[in-house]
Amino acid sequence: MKRSLTRWGWLFTGPTALAFMIGFVVPFVLGVYLSFTRFTTVTKSKWVGLANYKGVFSDATFVHSLWYTAAFTIVTTVLINVIAFVVAYMLIKTFRGTNIFRSVFFMPNLIGGIVLGYIWMLLLNGILGYWARSITYSGSYGFWGMVILMCWQQVGYMMVIYIAGLQSIPTDLFESAEVDGASRRQTLFNITIPLVMPSITVCTFLTITNGFKLFDQNLALTNGAPSRLSELLALNIYNTFYGRTGFEGVGQAKAVIFLLIVAALAMLQNRLTRSKETLS
Amino acid sequence: MSKVKRPGLWTVIFTIISIGYMFPIALVVINSFKDKVFISSQPFSLPNSETFVGLANYARGVQLTEFFSSFGWSLIITVGSTALILLCTSMTAWWIVRADNKYAKTLYSAFLLNLVVPFQMVMFTLSWLTDFLHLGNPFGLWIVYLGFGAGLAVFIFTGFVKSIPHEIEEAATIDGCGPVRTFFQVVLPIMRPSVVTVAILEVMWLWNDYLLPYLTLDMKKFKTIPIAVQYLKGGYGSVDMGAMMGILVLAMIPVIVFYLVAQRHIISGVVAGAVKG
Repeated sequence: MKRSLTRWGWLFTGPTALAFMIGFVVPFVLGVYLSFTRFTTVTKSKWVGLANYKGVFSDATFVHSLWYTAAFTIVTTVLINVIAFVVAYMLIKTFRGTNIFRSVFFMPNLIGGIVLGYIWMLLLNGILGYWARSITYSGSYGFWGMVILMCWQQVGYMMVIYIAGLQSIPTDLFESAEVDGASRRQTLFNITIPLVMPSITVCTFLTITNGFKLFDQNLALTNGAPSRLSELLALNIYNTFYGRTGFEGVGQAKAVIFLLIVAALAMLQNRLTRSKETLS
Repeated sequence: MSKVKRPGLWTVIFTIISIGYMFPIALVVINSFKDKVFISSQPFSLPNSETFVGLANYARGVQLTEFFSSFGWSLIITVGSTALILLCTSMTAWWIVRADNKYAKTLYSAFLLNLVVPFQMVMFTLSWLTDFLHLGNPFGLWIVYLGFGAGLAVFIFTGFVKSIPHEIEEAATIDGCGPVRTFFQVVLPIMRPSVVTVAILEVMWLWNDYLLPYLTLDMKKFKTIPIAVQYLKGGYGSVDMGAMMGILVLAMIPVIVFYLVAQRHIISGVVAGAVKG
Protein backbone atom coordinates (compact mmCIF):
# COMPACT_ATOMS: atom_id res chain seq x y z
CA MET A 1 0.00 0.00 0.00
CA LYS A 2 2.59 2.50 1.11
CA ARG A 3 4.86 1.84 -1.86
CA SER A 4 2.16 2.29 -4.46
CA LEU A 5 1.04 5.37 -2.54
CA THR A 6 4.50 6.89 -2.94
CA ARG A 7 4.41 6.04 -6.62
CA TRP A 8 1.19 8.00 -7.06
CA GLY A 9 2.40 10.98 -5.03
CA TRP A 10 2.76 13.20 -8.10
CA LEU A 11 -0.94 12.84 -8.88
CA PHE A 12 -2.17 13.44 -5.35
CA THR A 13 0.09 16.33 -4.45
CA GLY A 14 1.29 17.62 -7.84
CA PRO A 15 -1.53 20.01 -8.80
CA THR A 16 -1.87 21.44 -5.29
CA ALA A 17 1.88 21.80 -4.88
CA LEU A 18 2.27 23.54 -8.25
CA ALA A 19 -0.55 26.01 -7.54
CA PHE A 20 0.88 26.45 -4.04
CA MET A 21 4.23 27.47 -5.54
CA ILE A 22 2.51 30.08 -7.71
CA GLY A 23 -0.07 31.31 -5.23
CA PHE A 24 2.07 31.28 -2.12
CA VAL A 25 5.66 29.99 -1.96
CA VAL A 26 7.25 32.10 -4.70
CA PRO A 27 5.44 35.35 -3.76
CA PHE A 28 6.25 34.73 -0.10
CA VAL A 29 9.98 34.10 -0.60
CA LEU A 30 10.24 37.03 -3.03
CA GLY A 31 8.35 39.17 -0.54
CA VAL A 32 10.78 38.41 2.28
CA TYR A 33 13.73 39.11 -0.03
CA LEU A 34 12.28 42.35 -1.37
CA SER A 35 11.80 43.72 2.12
CA PHE A 36 15.59 44.10 2.20
CA THR A 37 15.76 45.90 -1.12
CA ARG A 38 14.73 49.10 -2.77
CA PHE A 39 12.40 48.35 -5.67
CA THR A 40 9.63 49.68 -7.86
CA THR A 41 8.95 46.43 -9.67
CA VAL A 42 9.85 42.90 -8.67
CA THR A 43 12.54 42.61 -11.32
CA LYS A 44 14.27 45.90 -10.46
CA SER A 45 15.58 45.71 -6.93
CA LYS A 46 18.69 46.83 -5.09
CA TRP A 47 19.85 45.37 -1.77
CA VAL A 48 19.67 47.94 1.01
CA GLY A 49 19.88 45.75 4.12
CA LEU A 50 17.74 46.91 7.00
CA ALA A 51 17.07 50.41 5.67
CA ASN A 52 13.41 49.63 4.95
CA TYR A 53 12.85 48.42 8.49
CA LYS A 54 14.35 51.62 9.84
CA GLY A 55 12.03 53.48 7.49
CA VAL A 56 9.02 51.65 8.93
CA PHE A 57 9.48 52.93 12.45
CA SER A 58 10.27 56.46 11.41
CA ASP A 59 6.95 56.48 9.58
CA ALA A 60 4.50 58.19 11.93
CA THR A 61 1.44 56.83 10.11
CA PHE A 62 2.63 53.26 10.71
CA VAL A 63 3.24 53.75 14.40
CA HIS A 64 -0.16 55.38 14.70
CA SER A 65 -1.91 52.59 12.80
CA LEU A 66 -0.11 49.97 14.90
CA TRP A 67 -1.55 51.36 18.14
CA TYR A 68 -4.87 52.10 16.49
CA THR A 69 -5.12 48.50 15.32
CA ALA A 70 -4.05 47.11 18.70
CA ALA A 71 -6.72 49.17 20.47
CA PHE A 72 -9.29 48.22 17.86
CA THR A 73 -8.47 44.54 18.24
CA ILE A 74 -8.69 44.61 22.04
CA VAL A 75 -12.00 46.48 22.06
CA THR A 76 -13.64 44.31 19.39
CA THR A 77 -12.35 41.05 20.90
CA VAL A 78 -13.81 41.84 24.30
CA LEU A 79 -17.11 43.24 23.04
CA ILE A 80 -17.79 40.57 20.43
CA ASN A 81 -17.01 37.69 22.76
CA VAL A 82 -19.00 39.01 25.70
CA ILE A 83 -22.05 39.85 23.57
CA ALA A 84 -21.83 36.59 21.59
CA PHE A 85 -21.57 34.55 24.77
CA VAL A 86 -24.54 36.26 26.41
CA VAL A 87 -26.68 35.88 23.28
CA ALA A 88 -25.68 32.21 22.91
CA TYR A 89 -26.40 31.61 26.60
CA MET A 90 -29.91 32.98 26.15
CA LEU A 91 -30.64 31.34 22.82
CA ILE A 92 -30.00 27.78 24.04
CA LYS A 93 -32.94 28.16 26.38
CA THR A 94 -36.41 27.10 25.37
CA PHE A 95 -38.64 29.89 24.19
CA ARG A 96 -40.33 30.53 20.88
CA GLY A 97 -38.27 31.75 17.96
CA THR A 98 -34.72 30.88 19.07
CA ASN A 99 -33.91 29.35 15.69
CA ILE A 100 -35.08 32.41 13.81
CA PHE A 101 -33.12 34.72 16.13
CA ARG A 102 -29.96 32.66 15.57
CA SER A 103 -30.45 32.92 11.80
CA VAL A 104 -30.90 36.68 12.03
CA PHE A 105 -27.76 37.23 14.10
CA PHE A 106 -25.63 35.04 11.83
CA MET A 107 -26.80 36.60 8.57
CA PRO A 108 -24.38 39.58 8.32
CA ASN A 109 -21.43 37.17 8.12
CA LEU A 110 -22.27 36.20 4.61
CA ILE A 111 -22.18 39.77 3.37
CA GLY A 112 -18.79 40.90 2.14
CA GLY A 113 -16.71 43.54 3.91
CA ILE A 114 -16.98 46.11 1.13
CA VAL A 115 -20.79 45.90 1.03
CA LEU A 116 -20.95 46.01 4.84
CA GLY A 117 -18.80 49.11 4.88
CA TYR A 118 -21.17 51.03 2.63
CA ILE A 119 -24.28 49.81 4.46
CA TRP A 120 -22.90 51.22 7.69
CA MET A 121 -21.64 54.36 6.02
CA LEU A 122 -25.25 55.17 5.11
CA LEU A 123 -26.56 54.46 8.59
CA LEU A 124 -23.77 56.10 10.60
CA ASN A 125 -23.56 59.18 8.40
CA GLY A 126 -27.34 59.43 8.59
CA ILE A 127 -27.22 59.52 12.38
CA LEU A 128 -24.15 61.76 12.63
CA GLY A 129 -25.78 64.09 10.12
CA TYR A 130 -28.02 65.39 12.89
CA TRP A 131 -24.91 66.93 14.44
CA ALA A 132 -23.57 67.98 11.03
CA ARG A 133 -20.75 65.46 11.25
CA SER A 134 -19.74 62.32 9.40
CA ILE A 135 -17.88 59.10 10.07
CA THR A 136 -14.67 60.70 8.79
CA TYR A 137 -14.93 63.60 11.27
CA SER A 138 -12.00 62.25 13.30
CA GLY A 139 -10.01 59.09 13.87
CA SER A 140 -12.09 58.11 16.86
CA TYR A 141 -15.36 58.42 14.93
CA GLY A 142 -13.97 55.92 12.42
CA PHE A 143 -12.72 53.76 15.27
CA TRP A 144 -16.11 53.39 16.93
CA GLY A 145 -17.84 53.12 13.59
CA MET A 146 -15.69 50.13 12.71
CA VAL A 147 -16.17 48.67 16.20
CA ILE A 148 -19.96 48.78 15.77
CA LEU A 149 -19.71 47.34 12.27
CA MET A 150 -17.45 44.47 13.41
CA CYS A 151 -19.68 43.64 16.37
CA TRP A 152 -22.70 43.58 14.12
CA GLN A 153 -20.95 41.31 11.66
CA GLN A 154 -19.20 38.89 13.97
CA VAL A 155 -21.40 38.45 17.02
CA GLY A 156 -23.49 35.92 15.09
CA TYR A 157 -20.46 33.93 13.98
CA MET A 158 -19.06 33.62 17.49
CA MET A 159 -22.56 33.00 18.87
CA VAL A 160 -22.86 29.92 16.66
CA ILE A 161 -19.56 28.56 18.01
CA TYR A 162 -20.56 29.31 21.62
CA ILE A 163 -23.93 27.62 21.11
CA ALA A 164 -22.17 24.47 19.89
CA GLY A 165 -19.85 24.64 22.90
CA LEU A 166 -22.68 25.17 25.38
CA GLN A 167 -24.75 22.37 23.92
CA SER A 168 -21.89 19.89 24.21
CA ILE A 169 -21.95 20.19 28.01
CA PRO A 170 -23.69 17.09 29.41
CA THR A 171 -27.00 18.10 31.00
CA ASP A 172 -26.59 15.82 34.02
CA LEU A 173 -23.85 18.17 35.23
CA PHE A 174 -26.42 20.93 35.55
CA GLU A 175 -28.93 18.60 37.12
CA SER A 176 -26.49 17.48 39.80
CA ALA A 177 -25.48 21.09 40.40
CA GLU A 178 -29.13 21.93 40.95
CA VAL A 179 -29.54 18.98 43.32
CA ASP A 180 -26.50 20.18 45.28
CA GLY A 181 -28.18 23.57 45.59
CA ALA A 182 -25.79 25.61 43.44
CA SER A 183 -26.99 29.11 42.57
CA ARG A 184 -27.29 30.21 38.94
CA ARG A 185 -24.19 32.34 39.36
CA GLN A 186 -22.18 29.46 40.78
CA THR A 187 -23.32 27.18 37.98
CA LEU A 188 -22.31 29.76 35.38
CA PHE A 189 -18.85 30.44 36.76
CA ASN A 190 -17.98 26.96 38.03
CA ILE A 191 -19.50 24.72 35.37
CA THR A 192 -20.56 26.55 32.23
CA ILE A 193 -17.61 28.87 31.64
CA PRO A 194 -14.85 26.33 32.45
CA LEU A 195 -16.48 23.79 30.16
CA VAL A 196 -16.84 26.14 27.19
CA MET A 197 -13.21 27.22 27.55
CA PRO A 198 -12.26 25.56 24.21
CA SER A 199 -14.90 27.67 22.44
CA ILE A 200 -13.70 30.77 24.24
CA THR A 201 -10.13 30.17 23.05
CA VAL A 202 -11.22 29.57 19.46
CA CYS A 203 -13.46 32.64 19.37
CA THR A 204 -10.88 34.85 21.03
CA PHE A 205 -8.29 33.80 18.50
CA LEU A 206 -10.67 34.33 15.59
CA THR A 207 -11.69 37.79 16.74
CA ILE A 208 -8.08 38.80 17.40
CA THR A 209 -6.88 37.77 13.95
CA ASN A 210 -9.98 39.23 12.28
CA GLY A 211 -9.34 42.51 14.05
CA PHE A 212 -5.69 42.62 13.09
CA LYS A 213 -6.27 41.69 9.47
CA LEU A 214 -9.32 43.89 8.87
CA PHE A 215 -9.11 45.59 5.50
CA ASP A 216 -12.27 45.67 3.35
CA GLN A 217 -14.52 47.26 5.97
CA ASN A 218 -11.86 49.88 6.69
CA LEU A 219 -11.44 50.68 3.00
CA ALA A 220 -15.18 51.06 2.40
CA LEU A 221 -16.22 52.83 5.60
CA THR A 222 -13.51 55.45 6.11
CA ASN A 223 -10.65 54.70 3.69
CA GLY A 224 -8.35 55.99 6.43
CA ALA A 225 -9.89 59.46 6.51
CA PRO A 226 -9.33 62.01 7.92
CA SER A 227 -5.65 62.28 6.96
CA ARG A 228 -4.89 58.58 7.57
CA LEU A 229 -6.07 58.76 11.18
CA SER A 230 -8.50 55.86 10.86
CA GLU A 231 -6.10 53.58 9.05
CA LEU A 232 -5.73 50.03 10.33
CA LEU A 233 -2.46 48.17 9.69
CA ALA A 234 -3.57 46.30 6.57
CA LEU A 235 -4.76 49.49 4.90
CA ASN A 236 -1.62 51.33 5.98
CA ILE A 237 0.51 48.68 4.26
CA TYR A 238 -1.66 48.85 1.17
CA ASN A 239 -1.38 52.63 0.98
CA THR A 240 2.38 52.46 1.42
CA PHE A 241 2.66 50.11 -1.55
CA TYR A 242 0.25 51.78 -3.89
CA GLY A 243 0.06 55.33 -2.58
CA ARG A 244 3.66 56.52 -2.86
CA THR A 245 6.19 55.51 -5.49
CA GLY A 246 9.57 54.65 -4.04
CA PHE A 247 8.14 53.27 -0.79
CA GLU A 248 7.43 49.72 -2.02
CA GLY A 249 10.37 48.41 0.01
CA VAL A 250 9.06 50.04 3.17
CA GLY A 251 5.62 48.60 2.42
CA GLN A 252 7.09 45.12 2.10
CA ALA A 253 9.02 45.54 5.34
CA LYS A 254 5.79 46.60 7.04
CA ALA A 255 4.14 43.47 5.68
CA VAL A 256 6.90 41.30 7.20
CA ILE A 257 6.42 42.98 10.58
CA PHE A 258 2.66 42.49 10.21
CA LEU A 259 3.25 38.80 9.53
CA LEU A 260 5.48 38.46 12.59
CA ILE A 261 2.77 39.98 14.81
CA VAL A 262 0.05 37.73 13.40
CA ALA A 263 2.32 34.66 13.61
CA ALA A 264 3.20 35.45 17.24
CA LEU A 265 -0.50 35.63 18.08
CA ALA A 266 -1.13 32.33 16.29
CA MET A 267 1.72 30.64 18.19
CA LEU A 268 0.35 31.92 21.45
CA GLN A 269 -3.04 30.49 20.58
CA ASN A 270 -1.46 27.20 19.59
CA ARG A 271 0.31 26.96 22.93
CA LEU A 272 -2.88 27.79 24.80
CA THR A 273 -4.93 25.09 23.15
CA ARG A 274 -2.07 22.55 23.04
CA SER A 275 -3.01 21.58 19.52
CA LYS A 276 -3.55 17.89 19.03
CA GLU A 277 -3.39 18.41 15.30
CA THR A 278 0.39 18.12 14.84
CA LEU A 279 1.42 15.43 12.45
CA SER A 280 3.15 12.70 14.44
CA MET B 1 -30.41 25.30 32.19
CA SER B 2 -32.81 25.16 29.34
CA LYS B 3 -35.83 26.71 31.03
CA VAL B 4 -36.53 30.41 31.44
CA LYS B 5 -39.06 31.97 33.77
CA ARG B 6 -40.97 33.98 31.20
CA PRO B 7 -40.54 32.50 27.74
CA GLY B 8 -43.06 34.91 26.21
CA LEU B 9 -41.17 37.95 27.44
CA TRP B 10 -37.88 36.68 26.04
CA THR B 11 -39.48 36.06 22.68
CA VAL B 12 -40.68 39.66 22.64
CA ILE B 13 -37.27 41.01 23.71
CA PHE B 14 -35.41 39.05 21.06
CA THR B 15 -37.95 39.91 18.39
CA ILE B 16 -37.30 43.59 19.03
CA ILE B 17 -33.52 43.07 19.00
CA SER B 18 -33.75 41.06 15.77
CA ILE B 19 -35.76 43.75 14.04
CA GLY B 20 -33.19 46.29 15.15
CA TYR B 21 -30.45 43.98 13.91
CA MET B 22 -31.90 43.94 10.42
CA PHE B 23 -32.42 47.71 10.40
CA PRO B 24 -29.18 48.61 8.51
CA ILE B 25 -30.17 46.30 5.68
CA ALA B 26 -33.75 47.55 5.62
CA LEU B 27 -32.42 51.10 5.49
CA VAL B 28 -30.42 50.35 2.35
CA VAL B 29 -33.45 48.73 0.71
CA ILE B 30 -35.65 51.73 1.57
CA ASN B 31 -33.12 54.23 0.26
CA SER B 32 -32.56 52.28 -2.93
CA PHE B 33 -35.97 53.57 -4.11
CA LYS B 34 -35.22 57.22 -3.37
CA ASP B 35 -33.70 59.91 -5.51
CA LYS B 36 -29.97 60.22 -4.78
CA VAL B 37 -30.29 63.80 -3.51
CA PHE B 38 -32.58 62.67 -0.71
CA ILE B 39 -30.50 59.68 0.37
CA SER B 40 -27.84 61.79 2.05
CA SER B 41 -30.15 64.57 3.22
CA GLN B 42 -32.97 62.45 4.70
CA PRO B 43 -31.80 58.85 4.99
CA PHE B 44 -34.42 57.87 7.56
CA SER B 45 -37.54 58.97 5.74
CA LEU B 46 -39.63 56.57 3.68
CA PRO B 47 -39.91 57.24 -0.04
CA ASN B 48 -42.80 59.57 -0.87
CA SER B 49 -44.22 60.96 -4.09
CA GLU B 50 -41.42 63.53 -4.24
CA THR B 51 -38.48 61.26 -3.50
CA PHE B 52 -39.59 57.95 -5.01
CA VAL B 53 -37.76 57.06 -8.24
CA GLY B 54 -38.84 53.44 -8.77
CA LEU B 55 -36.07 51.28 -10.10
CA ALA B 56 -34.04 54.12 -11.59
CA ASN B 57 -31.21 53.64 -9.08
CA TYR B 58 -30.99 49.96 -9.93
CA ALA B 59 -30.91 50.66 -13.64
CA ARG B 60 -28.19 53.29 -13.28
CA GLY B 61 -26.16 51.14 -10.89
CA VAL B 62 -26.33 48.13 -13.17
CA GLN B 63 -25.28 50.25 -16.11
CA LEU B 64 -22.42 52.03 -14.33
CA THR B 65 -20.88 48.88 -12.89
CA GLU B 66 -21.87 46.34 -15.54
CA PHE B 67 -23.30 44.48 -12.60
CA PHE B 68 -24.49 41.35 -14.37
CA SER B 69 -21.14 40.61 -15.94
CA SER B 70 -19.56 41.12 -12.49
CA PHE B 71 -22.07 38.68 -11.10
CA GLY B 72 -21.11 36.17 -13.79
CA TRP B 73 -17.39 36.52 -13.12
CA SER B 74 -17.93 36.26 -9.36
CA LEU B 75 -19.90 33.08 -9.92
CA ILE B 76 -17.30 31.56 -12.25
CA ILE B 77 -14.44 32.40 -9.92
CA THR B 78 -16.21 31.18 -6.77
CA VAL B 79 -17.62 27.94 -8.17
CA GLY B 80 -14.53 27.03 -10.19
CA SER B 81 -12.03 27.80 -7.44
CA THR B 82 -14.08 25.98 -4.81
CA ALA B 83 -14.41 22.87 -6.98
CA LEU B 84 -10.70 22.87 -7.75
CA ILE B 85 -9.74 23.43 -4.11
CA LEU B 86 -12.02 20.61 -2.93
CA LEU B 87 -10.72 18.12 -5.47
CA CYS B 88 -7.00 18.89 -5.22
CA THR B 89 -6.62 19.55 -1.50
CA SER B 90 -8.68 16.54 -0.40
CA MET B 91 -6.38 14.33 -2.47
CA THR B 92 -3.30 16.06 -1.10
CA ALA B 93 -4.50 15.91 2.49
CA TRP B 94 -5.22 12.17 2.32
CA TRP B 95 -1.88 11.50 0.71
CA ILE B 96 -0.04 13.59 3.33
CA VAL B 97 -1.60 11.65 6.21
CA ARG B 98 -1.19 8.20 4.68
CA ALA B 99 2.22 8.52 3.02
CA ASP B 100 3.62 10.28 6.10
CA ASN B 101 7.15 10.63 4.67
CA LYS B 102 9.60 13.50 4.68
CA TYR B 103 8.05 15.18 1.62
CA ALA B 104 4.57 14.92 3.15
CA LYS B 105 5.75 16.50 6.40
CA THR B 106 7.54 19.34 4.62
CA LEU B 107 4.47 20.04 2.53
CA TYR B 108 2.24 20.02 5.60
CA SER B 109 4.49 22.50 7.44
CA ALA B 110 4.40 24.80 4.42
CA PHE B 111 0.60 24.67 4.42
CA LEU B 112 0.58 25.54 8.12
CA LEU B 113 2.74 28.59 7.38
CA ASN B 114 0.31 29.57 4.62
CA LEU B 115 -2.50 29.43 7.17
CA VAL B 116 -0.89 32.20 9.22
CA VAL B 117 0.43 34.53 6.52
CA PRO B 118 -1.77 37.60 5.91
CA PHE B 119 -2.48 38.52 2.30
CA GLN B 120 -0.61 41.84 2.55
CA MET B 121 2.62 39.85 2.86
CA VAL B 122 2.32 38.47 -0.66
CA MET B 123 0.02 40.94 -2.40
CA PHE B 124 2.67 42.87 -4.33
CA THR B 125 4.70 39.88 -5.45
CA LEU B 126 1.62 37.75 -6.15
CA SER B 127 0.07 40.36 -8.39
CA TRP B 128 3.36 40.63 -10.27
CA LEU B 129 3.64 36.85 -10.64
CA THR B 130 0.06 36.36 -11.84
CA ASP B 131 0.65 39.08 -14.40
CA PHE B 132 3.94 37.47 -15.45
CA LEU B 133 2.26 34.07 -15.87
CA HIS B 134 -0.82 35.56 -17.59
CA LEU B 135 -3.14 34.30 -14.86
CA GLY B 136 -4.93 37.64 -14.47
CA ASN B 137 -8.28 36.30 -15.65
CA PRO B 138 -11.12 34.45 -13.87
CA PHE B 139 -9.81 31.03 -14.88
CA GLY B 140 -6.26 31.86 -13.89
CA LEU B 141 -7.61 32.86 -10.50
CA TRP B 142 -8.75 29.25 -9.96
CA ILE B 143 -5.08 28.32 -9.78
CA VAL B 144 -4.12 31.35 -7.69
CA TYR B 145 -6.89 30.64 -5.19
CA LEU B 146 -5.99 26.96 -5.05
CA GLY B 147 -2.48 28.05 -4.16
CA PHE B 148 -3.23 30.79 -1.66
CA GLY B 149 -6.22 29.00 -0.12
CA ALA B 150 -4.66 25.54 0.13
CA GLY B 151 -3.53 25.93 3.74
CA LEU B 152 -6.94 26.05 5.41
CA ALA B 153 -8.46 23.33 3.22
CA VAL B 154 -5.55 20.93 3.72
CA PHE B 155 -5.57 21.65 7.45
CA ILE B 156 -9.26 20.78 7.85
CA PHE B 157 -9.02 17.73 5.58
CA THR B 158 -5.96 16.25 7.30
CA GLY B 159 -7.69 16.67 10.64
CA PHE B 160 -10.59 14.65 9.29
CA VAL B 161 -8.56 11.98 7.49
CA LYS B 162 -6.73 11.16 10.72
CA SER B 163 -10.06 10.08 12.20
CA ILE B 164 -10.72 7.56 9.39
CA PRO B 165 -9.59 4.06 10.43
CA HIS B 166 -6.85 2.46 8.28
CA GLU B 167 -8.66 -0.88 8.06
CA ILE B 168 -11.24 0.32 5.54
CA GLU B 169 -8.55 1.35 3.07
CA GLU B 170 -6.51 -1.78 3.71
CA ALA B 171 -9.52 -3.89 2.85
CA ALA B 172 -9.82 -2.01 -0.44
CA THR B 173 -6.15 -2.60 -1.18
CA ILE B 174 -6.48 -6.33 -0.51
CA ASP B 175 -9.40 -6.34 -2.93
CA GLY B 176 -7.00 -5.01 -5.55
CA CYS B 177 -7.74 -1.28 -5.52
CA GLY B 178 -4.86 1.06 -6.28
CA PRO B 179 -4.47 4.34 -4.36
CA VAL B 180 -6.46 6.32 -6.95
CA ARG B 181 -9.49 4.04 -6.85
CA THR B 182 -9.23 3.64 -3.09
CA PHE B 183 -9.31 7.39 -2.69
CA PHE B 184 -12.20 8.14 -5.00
CA GLN B 185 -14.39 5.14 -4.22
CA VAL B 186 -13.68 4.55 -0.55
CA VAL B 187 -12.08 7.58 1.14
CA LEU B 188 -13.78 10.51 -0.57
CA PRO B 189 -17.33 9.36 0.28
CA ILE B 190 -16.28 9.07 3.93
CA MET B 191 -14.80 12.58 3.80
CA ARG B 192 -18.12 14.10 2.73
CA PRO B 193 -18.87 16.06 5.94
CA SER B 194 -15.48 17.77 5.82
CA VAL B 195 -15.93 18.46 2.10
CA VAL B 196 -19.13 20.36 2.93
CA THR B 197 -17.33 22.29 5.69
CA VAL B 198 -14.48 23.33 3.41
CA ALA B 199 -16.87 24.17 0.56
CA ILE B 200 -18.89 26.51 2.81
CA LEU B 201 -15.81 28.26 4.20
CA GLU B 202 -14.28 28.69 0.73
CA VAL B 203 -17.48 30.03 -0.82
CA MET B 204 -17.91 32.58 1.98
CA TRP B 205 -14.33 33.73 1.46
CA LEU B 206 -14.13 33.68 -2.33
CA TRP B 207 -17.47 35.34 -3.06
CA ASN B 208 -16.64 38.28 -0.85
CA ASP B 209 -12.91 38.57 -1.48
CA TYR B 210 -11.98 42.01 -2.73
CA LEU B 211 -8.24 42.63 -2.69
CA LEU B 212 -6.86 39.53 -4.42
CA PRO B 213 -9.04 39.79 -7.53
CA TYR B 214 -8.67 43.58 -7.54
CA LEU B 215 -4.88 43.31 -7.67
CA THR B 216 -4.66 40.38 -10.05
CA LEU B 217 -7.55 40.62 -12.52
CA ASP B 218 -7.39 42.77 -15.62
CA MET B 219 -9.79 45.50 -14.47
CA LYS B 220 -10.72 46.55 -17.97
CA LYS B 221 -12.22 43.16 -18.71
CA PHE B 222 -13.17 41.52 -15.44
CA LYS B 223 -14.76 42.77 -12.24
CA THR B 224 -16.22 40.80 -9.36
CA ILE B 225 -19.17 42.04 -7.28
CA PRO B 226 -17.09 43.56 -4.44
CA ILE B 227 -14.92 45.30 -7.04
CA ALA B 228 -18.02 46.62 -8.82
CA VAL B 229 -19.32 48.06 -5.53
CA GLN B 230 -16.00 49.68 -4.70
CA TYR B 231 -15.75 50.94 -8.28
CA LEU B 232 -18.80 53.16 -7.68
CA LYS B 233 -16.85 55.03 -5.05
CA GLY B 234 -14.30 55.92 -7.72
CA GLY B 235 -11.21 58.03 -7.13
CA TYR B 236 -11.83 61.18 -5.13
CA GLY B 237 -15.10 62.18 -6.72
CA SER B 238 -18.42 62.06 -4.90
CA VAL B 239 -20.35 58.80 -4.74
CA ASP B 240 -23.59 58.33 -6.65
CA MET B 241 -25.51 57.24 -3.56
CA GLY B 242 -28.56 56.17 -5.56
CA ALA B 243 -26.66 53.78 -7.78
CA MET B 244 -24.73 52.62 -4.72
CA MET B 245 -27.89 51.66 -2.82
CA GLY B 246 -29.24 49.76 -5.82
CA ILE B 247 -26.00 47.83 -6.23
CA LEU B 248 -25.76 47.07 -2.49
CA VAL B 249 -29.22 45.49 -2.61
CA LEU B 250 -28.38 43.53 -5.75
CA ALA B 251 -25.11 42.39 -4.16
CA MET B 252 -26.96 41.10 -1.09
CA ILE B 253 -29.68 39.17 -2.93
CA PRO B 254 -27.54 36.19 -4.04
CA VAL B 255 -26.02 35.95 -0.57
CA ILE B 256 -29.42 35.88 1.12
CA VAL B 257 -30.71 33.27 -1.33
CA PHE B 258 -27.63 31.14 -0.64
CA TYR B 259 -28.21 31.55 3.09
CA LEU B 260 -31.87 30.55 2.89
CA VAL B 261 -31.06 27.48 0.84
CA ALA B 262 -28.00 26.23 2.69
CA GLN B 263 -28.36 27.69 6.18
CA ARG B 264 -28.03 24.40 8.05
CA HIS B 265 -24.86 23.47 6.19
CA ILE B 266 -23.42 26.95 6.55
CA ILE B 267 -23.80 27.04 10.32
CA SER B 268 -22.56 23.50 10.90
CA GLY B 269 -19.70 24.19 8.48
CA VAL B 270 -18.67 27.27 10.41
CA VAL B 271 -18.75 25.37 13.70
CA ALA B 272 -16.75 22.42 12.34
CA GLY B 273 -14.24 24.74 10.68
CA ALA B 274 -13.78 26.80 13.83
CA VAL B 275 -13.20 23.83 16.09
CA LYS B 276 -10.47 22.53 13.82
CA GLY B 277 -9.08 25.89 12.77
